[in-house]
Parts: sequence; structure tokens; C-alpha cells
Amino acid sequence: MTPEITAKPQHRSLGLSDEDVLNMYSSMVLARVLDERMWQLQRAGKARFVVSASGHEGAQVAMAWPLDKERDWFVPYYRSVAACLVKGMTPTEILLAVLAKATDPSSGGRQMPGHYGSPRLRILSGSSTVGTQYPHAVGIAYAAKLRRTPEVVVVSIGEGGTSEGDWHEALNFAGVLRVPCVFCVENNRYAISVPVRKQMAVDSVAARAAGYGMPGVRVDGCEVLEAYRVMKEACDRARRGEGPTLVEFRVERLTPHSSEDQQERYRPPEDLEASRQRDPLVRFGRYLRSVGLLDDARDRALWEKARREVDEATEAAERAPDPDPATLLRHVYQDPGPDRSTDPVYWIPRE
Amino acid sequence: MPELRYLDALNRAHHEEMARDERVVVLGEDVGAKGGVFGVTAGLLDRFGEERVIDTPLAESAIVGCAIGMAVNGLRPIAEIQFADFLHPAFDQIVSEAARMRYRSNGAFGCPLVIRVPYGGAHGTALYHSQCVEAFYAHVPGLKVVVPSTPYDAKGMLKAAVRDPDPVLFLEHKRLYRTVRGEVPEEDYEVPIGPAVVRRPGRHLSVFTYGWMLHETLRAAEMVRPEGIEVEVVELRTLRPLDKVTVLRSVAKTNKALVVYEDNRFCGYGAEIAALIAEEAFEDLDGPVMRLGGPDVPAVPFARSLEEAWMPDADRIAQAIRRLARY
Amino acid sequence: MPVEVKLPQLGETVYEATVGRWLKRPGDRVERFEPLVELVTEKVNVEMPAPFGGRLVEILVPEGQTIPAGTPIALMEAAEPVTEPAPAEGRSAEERSLRLSPLVARLAREHGISLEELERVPGTGAGGRITKHDLLRHLEERRTPTPLETAPGKGEREDRLVPLDPVRRTIAERLSRSVREIPHAYALVEADVTDLVRYYERSREEFERRYGVRLTYTAFFLRAAVEGLRAYPVVNAQWTEEGILLRGRVHIGVAVSTEGGLRVPVIRDADEKSLVGIVRDLDRLVRRAREGQLSLEEVQGGTFTLTNPGVFGSIWSMPIIHHPQAAILVTDAITKRPVVRGEGIAIRSIMHLGLAFDHRIFDGEVAVRFLNRVKECLEAVEPVTR
Repeated sequence: MTPEITAKPQHRSLGLSDEDVLNMYSSMVLARVLDERMWQLQRAGKARFVVSASGHEGAQVAMAWPLDKERDWFVPYYRSVAACLVKGMTPTEILLAVLAKATDPSSGGRQMPGHYGSPRLRILSGSSTVGTQYPHAVGIAYAAKLRRTPEVVVVSIGEGGTSEGDWHEALNFAGVLRVPCVFCVENNRYAISVPVRKQMAVDSVAARAAGYGMPGVRVDGCEVLEAYRVMKEACDRARRGEGPTLVEFRVERLTPHSSEDQQERYRPPEDLEASRQRDPLVRFGRYLRSVGLLDDARDRALWEKARREVDEATEAAERAPDPDPATLLRHVYQDPGPDRSTDPVYWIPRE
Repeated sequence: MPELRYLDALNRAHHEEMARDERVVVLGEDVGAKGGVFGVTAGLLDRFGEERVIDTPLAESAIVGCAIGMAVNGLRPIAEIQFADFLHPAFDQIVSEAARMRYRSNGAFGCPLVIRVPYGGAHGTALYHSQCVEAFYAHVPGLKVVVPSTPYDAKGMLKAAVRDPDPVLFLEHKRLYRTVRGEVPEEDYEVPIGPAVVRRPGRHLSVFTYGWMLHETLRAAEMVRPEGIEVEVVELRTLRPLDKVTVLRSVAKTNKALVVYEDNRFCGYGAEIAALIAEEAFEDLDGPVMRLGGPDVPAVPFARSLEEAWMPDADRIAQAIRRLARY
Repeated sequence: MPVEVKLPQLGETVYEATVGRWLKRPGDRVERFEPLVELVTEKVNVEMPAPFGGRLVEILVPEGQTIPAGTPIALMEAAEPVTEPAPAEGRSAEERSLRLSPLVARLAREHGISLEELERVPGTGAGGRITKHDLLRHLEERRTPTPLETAPGKGEREDRLVPLDPVRRTIAERLSRSVREIPHAYALVEADVTDLVRYYERSREEFERRYGVRLTYTAFFLRAAVEGLRAYPVVNAQWTEEGILLRGRVHIGVAVSTEGGLRVPVIRDADEKSLVGIVRDLDRLVRRAREGQLSLEEVQGGTFTLTNPGVFGSIWSMPIIHHPQAAILVTDAITKRPVVRGEGIAIRSIMHLGLAFDHRIFDGEVAVRFLNRVKECLEAVEPVTR
């Protein structure tokens, strides 16, 4: 029996097929299941650290969806799990990093979880220093512009990061250089425990865009299609050579900042409840049901599929080897050729 | 062979590299229309255009950060920071990002970037245009730090730096720009990053130095020669990676070592050389390993009398040489 | 605050010294490096320079006393604060041997140089430390013990530098000082010693059998010198600023050539000894000199010196006075020569007797008269046989 269609299928007007939106939803589900699994691993003592994206899935799927998996660049921040999955990373690859395994493609177990990277998928390896990735995104975009290649760069950060000097310097550069870059800010109203009213004197991050000579858009990140519309628009602008855009997503942080945090200590229960009410998965699910693309059975099946995938990924990641201590000194500099010393500190002349 | 000023040798390197490789771009404050406040990038804007010679906003951290992004996406950027004293705002980008990119991605990403800075005390440059910063950066694994002191080395090492797959901090002592001349081949050549060079052989003691202090040390060596003291002067040229073989070989030969550097003496780069010699050349030593560095005050003052009191020079180096030779 | 002045270590195997004459009295002002005291050792006599300028406060060791190196011998009040370290000689053996740089320690180890041997290596580095250069020089000396006797190899036309050992250095200093300070004059006579030669050849076997020691011409010369000194006591003297010091006793030094260099052992109270006594003393001292066994007393206190280069064939020499004595007698070779005797020519044994003397103390007439007295005794033979 086809489910009742109660709303207009606005996704088609955005150029998204039915399959597309179901895939978007699946991605969000996968991200959520993966997220839960990471918490489980951490609480079970198998993972040392977890930082999750629960509540951000809508915005992140939206920001990554317009991107070509291998040509466009994505510059993540530590919470960008869902976006990286859309960009092309697998749950196994994410979990390899969570368990700090040798075959972790992001860093070989050298970084904490949440530091994604992949040259093939053009996901730039990041640091824990908040904000430093913004100028990187500008440089990457500039190189594309110089080469006249059509790739676009999407970079993301939390609203706390918008107080960093690098964030402002980067936007200023981007405005002056008119680079093909979309600057995303995932505003979940808390920078660990610091609420947004202590973070900035303005109501909206997007309002700052005008100060840097680019359009700024504020969108509800828990409304996936709306978020996608804005992102698609921004990416198209960039590809057309019209310069950068600042996009602020209002999202909810359904989990603590990280496994080191306990948000009940500083967030009032009403606030936490209000966040849960805006769960993007619930909302998007509701939309999909309203256009007849989703029902309970299909939903259950999707969740099952996601769980199976995450189970398999967990097993694969747990089986993987730990990094070999002998590799500690590698990659400080480019691995030397046969005529150069392996000692990174001393240059030993070839006699 | 033409004789060029240090500054012109650098300029030539820029022109040649940008012509040779279209991926090479230059960015920084005043590098374009002005040609750099010292003139190092003169003529590049006219020849290669605005897209490859970028006059940036006044934001050192973003200059370096942006250059990192460029390097990651296939360009070969040369970022100029106007004075080494202003490198500090970009410290995070240099140390946490550029130097670490390869290591943190387990070799997936590299950062072939050159950061050029004028450094060191000259006449009247005062507290905020005179600092030596090599100690902060030579400390960082993942970075390379070079300090050429001759026009020949300047051109050759800048080329090597541009072609290097890793981030290179390129230190240019500002006193060298217009005062030091030398023969510079017109053709393409590289001076490799790494090897030190014995500028003057000697048998009584070795002096290890770099930057402007090389020239003061050579003068000091000449001053003590009539007194029967033959000084071997070794110029390090590259601070990281360090050519320890040349250093240790020299100590094995002369059995006495003096390290001369302009930077504040305490915890300066010369301390590393001294430690290396003490540890690995212990049984070659016929005297204590000594250091001559700048005084431990925050920076070089402006007034001429204070500036002269601050700056190590040939006289002071000669005194230190004599003291060690007498031991 | 008075500072101690310590006895320095003066050279290889010299672990002690006798205080000779104090050149300054308590209360005297002393310039830095001004001679402070004479020191006598078995090998060398030196004047020790004051390590710093000031005033001599107290003498701690009297003349004639023998003390080990490092003993405080005087107290001095420094004119200025003593900032510089004592000169190289001022450190004791133990102190110096502890200050080995890593390089020197390694070289010593590699070449099998023991700590005892290291203690004897003179140091020219800061505070008297042994430098690499000092050690390498020592190694050179070890390898080539008699550099003067090593002829250069075929085809070796380059200059070679022969390093100075401490004894030679000290001898050089003493001789230079003698020439510098003493206005030398020379007197020369000829003596016909035919009869002496006859006597010698006739009696030496008997003498040796009877006394168990070899009879030499040197002994005769010494007996004759004693006679000369008896007749002319001013020749047994020395010059001082206060006056000419006529020495009461007669101690004659005899120059002996040894492998290690010149040695001048002293026959004490030669004027109280018979020929046999002199022969015995001479025999013992020469033997000990050649074995390098001379003690402090045996080389100290000479008032007059005899040198006998005649044994090498010299027929005429101009010796250098052994400072601070008044004169030195030189006896050259006895050669057979045709001389006028009466109205005819005879073949006689002739030798030269020379005297280098301090012209401040006496003049040529006394010198020649002295020599004539010596000559008389040798020509008469009988006076030198008792």
C-alpha cells in the first residue's frame, strides 16, 4: 500500500530524485547508527575518545551532497562524520580511526578520532586547532581558481570557531580574492559549555558575511531540503566564479561535545528537550513519509541495513592491526629516496 | 660570471623558478606592486601577473594558512612575511599545520611551501624589526630551516627550497641584502638543503656560525691570524636538518669549538650545536665548548649606542677566539 | 692578606728542591717575575720569579733546606688582587694531573702513557694544564730520545726542529745569564807538562792497583787549581752588589759530559784533600754523573769550576763562567810539539791553561799570575802528586 502523500514533493524542484532523498536519509541513518556505535565502543573501553555529530546530520548531508566525490574539496572539522560519509568515506574507515588502527586512512592511528583525511576523496587532514582550516580552504580554492578548474571547496566549523582570528582572516582573504569557497558554520549554540550569547555579540553568524564582502545565509540545518537548497545555490555561485558564500546552519547537538563531556551539567533540561524535538532524522523521516517515500517497514529496513553495515565495519576495524612502533619516525619529511638519510634531524652526507 | 648583491640573487631565483614552473606563486604584503619592502620580489608582478603575485591583506596567519592550502592543492607557494618579528602570529599555522601535515596524515598529504622572512639586526631596525627567530622553528620536526649568507647560496638554496616537498623556512639576514656581493651563475643550479660548508680551513679551533655572523666571524678570523691563531670557520647554512658530520669532523681536526650566533644566547640555536659536540665529540675536545651569542635582553634597541653595545661583532668574536685558543 | 708562594715543580723527575739563596728579604718590594729565590735541584739550578708583584712578608723555608714541590716557601702581600692563575710551574703534580681534557686523556690512553708519566709532562695551557700540543710534543720526545745524534736521512734537506728538554733549557738560561751579567775576560798560558806525562805513565798502574781507582790528568789539574786558589783567594770569590765575596771554602765543580747533557758535580773542600782523595771523589762523581745519579749536594755550592775539553782534543777554548763564580779554569789537550829549549828544539808535551774570569772582581794580572801558579805546579809535578 502506498503511503499517504500529504505534501508536495519539493525535493524534485531542487533537482533531487526520489532515490536521492532516500539516499540522503539513509546516509543520515548510517551516520546516526555509526555515531551510537562510537559511543558504545567508548563507554565499553574500546575507544579512547569520541566526538559525534548527532543532530548535525541534516546540515552535513546537505553540505556534502552537492560535491563531486573526487574533484571537489571538503575541509572538515572534528564533528564532520556525516559529511565525510557522504563525501565517500566508509564506516570501516571511520572506525579504524576511532580504534586508532594502523590501516586508518586518515592518520594511521596518529590522530585522535574526528580528524578525517583522504587525498583520493579530497578531504583535507585537519588538526585540533580550531579555525586553522579556514585559511587552508581559501588557499585550496585559490589554487583551483588559478588553474581554472571547476572544483569548489566546502569548509565547516562550529560557531565557537568563528571567534578565532584565523576565521576572520580567512573570510577577509576570501572576499578580496573571490575564491570558489563555501564557508559553513554549524551553529549548535554551544562551544563545549559556552553558550552562543557569550560567544558573540550578534544574533547570527551569517550577519558577519557582509563585513567580508560576501553573501551570508542563515538556514535551519535540521530542515535537510532547505539546507540543501542553500548549499546547492552557494556551490553553483562558486563554480560560476561569483565568489564565496557564508552559510550558517542552525543545528542541535544531541550528544555532549565529546566523550569527555557531560552536557547535563550546563544545559537546562528544557533546552535538551527542545533539541531532541528538532532531531533532523525525525524531521526528514516525517517529510519522506509525507511524500510517500517512507513507511515504518522501509524505515526499519533502512535502520537494519545501517546497523548491519556498522556491525561489519566494527568487526573489520577491530580485526585491523595496531600501528607498529617502528613506524613512529616515518613521514616527518617526505620519505627519503635511496640517496638521502632516514634521520630527519641530521643531514648525513653521502660519501 | 656576474657579481650580484644578495638581494638580486634572491630576485633572480624568484624569476627563474616562476618561469620554470607555473605552479610557483608568491604571496605576501607588498610583494607585488612594490616588489617587496626590500625589493626581493621586484619585477615579478609585471612579468607574471596578479594571479601569481598576490598582494595580500595584512594578516600573517592567513598568509601562511592560505599558502598551506595552495601547497596542498598542487601549487608551489612562496609566502613572504615582511619581518621575522611578525612571524609569530603565523606560529600556529607553521608549527601545528604546515610542519605537521605530512606526519598527521601518515604521509597522505604534504606541504611543499616556502616561507621567506628577513631577520636579524641591522642599523636602526630596533626591537620589532631585528629579531632572530631560528631557535623557535629549528626546534620543530617537519620543518626545514635554512639561512644562506652569500648570494650564490641565496639563489641556489631558494631554488632548492621551492623544489623541496616539505615546508621550508627561509631566513634572510637583512644586512646581507645590499652589502654582500658575490658571483652568481646565470644558469639554473641548486645548493642542496642540508650540507654545511667550511668557509675557511684552520687548525687551532673551529667556529660554527650562520647568517650575518658568518661575515663577522671571517673578519675575526683574519684579525687573529697574525697572532698565530688559525681559525676554521664552518658555516652551517641549513639549521634543520643539521649537517652533523661536517661539524664533528671539524672538531676532530681542531679539538676546540666555539659557536657564534646573533640570537639571545640562552636557549639559542647554538646551544644545540654545543650539546651535539659535547655529546658526540667528547674525546676530541681539548677545551670547553663555548658559545658567543647576543645578550639576553628582549631585543635590539634603537639608539645607536645601545644597538652597538648589543650586537656581537668581529671584535667580540676575536676576543672569544683568543680566550679559547689560550686554554 | 698574605698569599702563599709555593715551591714549583721544576722539571721531569724533580720532586723536590733545595732553597738556595733568598734574593729578597722580608719587607722588600718585589715586582712580578722578579727573581725571588734561588732553587737548587739535582738537575738544574733556577731562580724562581715572583708569581705576582707585592711585598715579601715572610720567608718560610730557610736557605739550605730541601722541601718537596708544592710546599709554601714564602708569604707575600699582593700589590693588586691576584686575578691571574699562578704560572704553569706553580701547580703541584697532583693538581695538574687531574686536569686532563678528554682529548688528552684519550691520547694518553691510546699511546699507553701512564698517570705517573703524565705528571711529568710540562703543561703550557691555562693554569698549567697539559694541552694536546704538550702531549704530542712529549710523544715526539719519547720516540726520539737523542735527537741531536740522529743524522737526517738521505735526501732530507729540510729543517728539523729539535725540542728542548728542561735540562737543556735550564743550562741555556744559566749560561745566558752568565754571559749577560758577568763581563768575561780571558787569560791564557802554556805549560810544559812533559814531566807530568812521564810521571803519569809511570805511576798510573801502581796507583790504580794500590788505591782501586783510575788516575786521570783531571785530578792533577784539580790539585794544581787548588794551589792556585790558595795563592790567589780572590779567584775563589763572587761578585755581589755589596762587595766581592771571598768564599771561605774551596768547592771545585768539574764539568762532566754525559748522555743527558753537561753535569757539574762539585768536589767539596778540595783544598783539604790529597791527590788520592781528589781522585776518589772525581771517580765517584763522574760515575754518578754518567749514571744520572747525582744528588743535590753533589752539584751545589761550587766556588770554582774546572773544565777539561782537552780530553776531546781541544787546544784552546773560551769557556763561560759558572754563574755566580769568579772564574773557570780550562785545560786543553796535551800535545807533543817542537819547542825551543835552550839553544835547540825539543819535542815536549805542551798544553794550554786558560782562565775565563769576572773582570769586575780582578784583572788580567791576577788572572795570569793565578794561571802561572797552576802551571808551576803542573810543571814541577811533585806538588800535584801529594
